[in-house]
Amino acid sequence: MLGKSARADWILLIVFSVLVLTAPITLTPIGAGYPDLLQKFAIYGIFAIGFNILFGLTGYLSFGHAAFLGVGSYSAVWMFKLFTMNAIPAVMFSLLMAGLFALLIGYVSLRRSGIYFSIITLAFAQMSYNLAYSVLSPITNGETGLQVRQLAPADRGPDYVLKLVDEDLRWVDQAFGVVEEGIPITNLFGLKMSGYPGFYFSAVLLILAFYIAMRITRSNFGMMLKAIKSNQNRLQYTGVNTRPYLLAAFVISGMYAGLAGSLLAVTDPLAGAERMQWTASGEVVLMTILGGAGTLVGPVLGGMIIKGLGSLFSSYNENILNQFFSFLPEPVREVAVGISALFVGEGWELTLGLMFMIIVIFVPGGILQGFTNIIRMFRRKKPNPAPAKSEA
Amino acid sequence: MDAIFLQILNGLDKGGAYALIALGLTLAFGTLGVVNFAHGALFMLGAFVAVAFNRIISYQQIVLDPVNKTAWGTPVEIRTSYAETLFGDFGLFLIDYSVPISVLIAIPVMLLIGIAMERGLIRHFYNRPHADQILVTFGLAIVLEEIVKHYFGANPIPQSAPSIFSGSANVGLWLGLGENVVYPWWRLIYFGFSAIVIFMVFAFLKFTTFGMVVRAGMYDRDTVGLLGINIQKRFTIIFGLAAVVAGVAGAMYTPIFPPDYNIGMQFLVLSFVVVVVGGMGSLGGAVAAGFLLGILQSFASMNEVKQIFPGIDQIIIYLVAVIILLTMPRGLLGRKGMMED
Repeated sequence: MLGKSARADWILLIVFSVLVLTAPITLTPIGAGYPDLLQKFAIYGIFAIGFNILFGLTGYLSFGHAAFLGVGSYSAVWMFKLFTMNAIPAVMFSLLMAGLFALLIGYVSLRRSGIYFSIITLAFAQMSYNLAYSVLSPITNGETGLQVRQLAPADRGPDYVLKLVDEDLRWVDQAFGVVEEGIPITNLFGLKMSGYPGFYFSAVLLILAFYIAMRITRSNFGMMLKAIKSNQNRLQYTGVNTRPYLLAAFVISGMYAGLAGSLLAVTDPLAGAERMQWTASGEVVLMTILGGAGTLVGPVLGGMIIKGLGSLFSSYNENILNQFFSFLPEPVREVAVGISALFVGEGWELTLGLMFMIIVIFVPGGILQGFTNIIRMFRRKKPNPAPAKSEA
Repeated sequence: MDAIFLQILNGLDKGGAYALIALGLTLAFGTLGVVNFAHGALFMLGAFVAVAFNRIISYQQIVLDPVNKTAWGTPVEIRTSYAETLFGDFGLFLIDYSVPISVLIAIPVMLLIGIAMERGLIRHFYNRPHADQILVTFGLAIVLEEIVKHYFGANPIPQSAPSIFSGSANVGLWLGLGENVVYPWWRLIYFGFSAIVIFMVFAFLKFTTFGMVVRAGMYDRDTVGLLGINIQKRFTIIFGLAAVVAGVAGAMYTPIFPPDYNIGMQFLVLSFVVVVVGGMGSLGGAVAAGFLLGILQSFASMNEVKQIFPGIDQIIIYLVAVIILLTMPRGLLGRKGMMED
């Protein structure tokens, strides 16, 4: 099985890479061709791919993954503040920190399964969130959020009190004599990480993340994770200790989240605690479910749809709606605008919630499964009850 | 000593709210086997029944005073509520007692909402995995919140307790602890209220035939069904009852904490922790854990404690939950075989 699908996998990877790298061109017609949004697509794609390694393969529903995203962001911003604005060390450090954090939380929470696991991860995420707002303020800068600031003055006297959250050091950059004007932008060895270079940095990492996830899914390790999902008890009866596998999956998916968090910080060097809130964890669950849990492409697609629709819907207001419905007669238009105004602008969350419900109720397998169902319907074949097909 | 006693009192009203929500969650879980993430939204809806009733009852008529002028030369506005014009003193009474009255209104409203929710949505999720149940009810919670946010705005809306209860009770004097143990009346009343509601729910389950059937159904649904009893219908009503408990808890809580659309989520996360600590499916456990965690939380927010463990007040509940779950997998009073896989 592994050998036969290898070629299909390579084709998938190449198609995926081409699609991602040409996204600035291909997504322009639908109005999503600007770098900020594309970068968001790539970052949340990474987040969702990582979440899927845990949820899609093992079936363990973590409600605390946003904590790792937050840890990644904070670590990255600290690297920017202390050492260098180069993105590479920040990403590395975030991966490390998120991995350690995931190891700790995973070690504890994986002692339980099912809903208990969900609650424990939720509890840990809420703890991190609450602590980030209160006691850890010296590290997280509380409600203001941790930001890249201007350098502390070079000739600090012995009495100078250095406030690290408000002043930066950037030792490495200073040692290389980088001159800063104003607040610096993140870079990759001198290449500014804003606009399209920023997107391509995230895009390359997305492709890498996708490749790794693909290798994991196809490996024996991935098989083991799927076995845990289908029947953990039986696996244990055969003498397999499942916890190391689960922990490895948890840490890997935590590191993916950390990577996504650090990329968020590369895009915009600001980390706030609200990134760790449990609604943010819920969002990544939705992305994964929407696209199709357990599939490779699904989570990326789900992330794109949610972030894309989010930015589209939030930008609408009543004027745009009035224009949109201008072909309708006056009274009908008012009703139409009144109703649709509920769902756009600030009401985007309502749409999100409804989407959540509709997806879970009608297509629990996600849109990829939805597509296959539709195709089957047209081919007039009986739907296959086993959801084994859409591994792509 | 006084300080400790005061902290226990402090924990009781919050613990009461936790216990009431956790009780409803456990009822829904024990009967239907459904993990309801929208339960916090029901608490929020109850609170907004109180807000809405208060808005309606205190709707004001504005008359311009023909004689007196304000300092700016504009006529003085005389505001009288329609309730006062229509019912006189009784109208004023209605306004003053809007919170307790809205608790009464919340009962039928929440019962309807609960039953509609069960019939419309939850029913289809009995046999789906718990993850699906969590996700769909999570989506429902977002929808309910956003609808409330659309109509009532995002800011907290303060409600006032009846003026007779607005002061503080000198609890210390009653118990011989001295003058300085005083406590707001309404919080005391909330504790008493939650205790009564909890007692009523338990009595209903324990001493009525309906409750007996429900308890039998919780243990063995199939056998009860084989005896020719429509257990499904009763479980639906129990779900409605759980919604009522959450709703009245929310309506009564409005004078203590001004509700906003997000209040349900804040309480939900904590209540889930409470349910899990108490033991999934155990009603007594939910109540005990609710009060226990409420009191623990108020102790943790004492300055003396915070000096030793900074930030402990923010995380104590979660910390306790993690420790209990790791040492006692079934929670404090959990039944065997409940949610074990």
